[in-house]
Amino acid sequence: MIEIRDLHKRFGSVEVLKGIDLDIEAGKVVVVIGPSGSGKSTLLRCINHLERPDGGYVRVGGEFVGYRVVGDRLHEVREQDLCAARAAIGMVFQRFNLFQNMTVLDNVTLAPRLARGVDGQEAERKAMALLERVGLAGKKDRYPNRLSGGEQQRVAIARALAMEPRVMLFDEATSALDPELVGEVLDVMRGLARDGMTMVVVTHEITFARDVADEVVFMDRGVVAERGPPSQVLQAPREARTREFLARLL
Amino acid sequence: MSTTASNAFTAKPGTPRLDLPPVPLARPGRWVAAAVVLLLLAWMVYVVFANPNFQWPVVWKYLFSKDILDGVKLTIELTVYAMSIGVSLGLVAALMRLSDNKLLSTAATAYIVAFRGTPALVQLIFWFNLAALFPRITLGIPFLAPAWLSIDANAVITPVVAATLGLGLCEGAYMSEIVRAGILSVDPGQREAATALGLTRAQTMRRIVLPQALRVIVPPTGNQIIGMLKLTSLASVISVTELLAAAGLIYTRTYETIPLLIVASIWYIVLTGVLTLVQRFIERHLGRSVHDAAQRASASRAT
Repeated sequence: MIEIRDLHKRFGSVEVLKGIDLDIEAGKVVVVIGPSGSGKSTLLRCINHLERPDGGYVRVGGEFVGYRVVGDRLHEVREQDLCAARAAIGMVFQRFNLFQNMTVLDNVTLAPRLARGVDGQEAERKAMALLERVGLAGKKDRYPNRLSGGEQQRVAIARALAMEPRVMLFDEATSALDPELVGEVLDVMRGLARDGMTMVVVTHEITFARDVADEVVFMDRGVVAERGPPSQVLQAPREARTREFLARLL
Repeated sequence: MSTTASNAFTAKPGTPRLDLPPVPLARPGRWVAAAVVLLLLAWMVYVVFANPNFQWPVVWKYLFSKDILDGVKLTIELTVYAMSIGVSLGLVAALMRLSDNKLLSTAATAYIVAFRGTPALVQLIFWFNLAALFPRITLGIPFLAPAWLSIDANAVITPVVAATLGLGLCEGAYMSEIVRAGILSVDPGQREAATALGLTRAQTMRRIVLPQALRVIVPPTGNQIIGMLKLTSLASVISVTELLAAAGLIYTRTYETIPLLIVASIWYIVLTGVLTLVQRFIERHLGRSVHDAAQRASASRAT
């Protein structure tokens, strides 16, 4: 479902991604772990072209994100095509980023109406079903700043799902939450995984990685240092730096 | 030991009454200050209204005269036109300034430097004398197509048009900085979330960024409108008969300078007063959309 080839990204003189190759099958959950500054978030942001990679490419569902191929070269695509590609990739942020100027319901219906041209009633019906799913249908008329962090993040997940994405990216979705609110967000993510959503999850929640991940990717200094099933990477890591990182985390 | 202490306390003769509020501290200084201010005010009112040189009957005579009312109307019109140009130009210049395209942002910066860096009065006179620079104004694609339309500059650039252009272009430079500050005040995460959902840059700007920027943009814009209302008096130097010029035309004829300046001032104060009320209403409304809506919702839930 996701194909990442030789992905490079540099910010000024710092090379954050030094050639990442990764394939993720449909329906799989990949958890990316690693020390801060290892390039986990940048990798996620390159998948939907929030950051334009300096080299390499990403394909989601067989289609290039941000590029098309003419002859043997990648060409940048027009804005509409890039937006269409992004619409198929849901993203959940560390700081929720709910639209502050709209109610919960409008947050969820906005993108389907604007980017997909879904009509208002239909968008609202689907939004309510999604809010029901994350347990927040009763708060549809609230503004985001009146919700707890956990509630905001669950709305953010519903908002991303409203575009019916083929994959979901989670960028440290629970890192900004109070400890007692982490569980409710992880539960929603577990439910998604159970329903067969393809997910790439950057997180520090090792328990979540152990329970839910089909594969754990350990990143360090811009490269994939180790990858494999959670039982191997988390319990019997081959690489010394993976062991070091896990030791510090526990 | 403790019983004797509590006994001693209740037995004390000065146990305070709790059925009356505490007696406030006397503040004689305030009373003296208030008396002085009141005296000064009374003296000023007396001086202003008892002095026949203020010619209050003349003020009342001209306050609603046709010439003055025409001037008021023109002042309002100039303010509306100039602010419309200013706000539109300001929005465009702010977006250009924030663009990744270096040429666009440099062009916007150059505009702001030129029009914020020169006095509005100079700009007005400059536009008024445009015909000296370009005797004919032509419409067509520069360098390429022949002119579709060519007209005498003096016929187009009437004093009112020169004043509108001058004030509007000058205002645009100030407004662009206000709009830019508003846009920059919006959390970048808002834009990222919209982008990730597949909204275009234009949709993101219009639906997410600008509505949130408005809360920062509106209060200083209200100030700008009030400032513009008075700035239109500059147009009197290029023979636009707005409020001040209308008063001037009368007093150069009748030598009743002071009463007519009072007439103009009364109108300026009335107009700024109305604008202040409108501004307050809009600000309250904008604030409500985010904060109080939720409070109202929770209040209605409580009842």
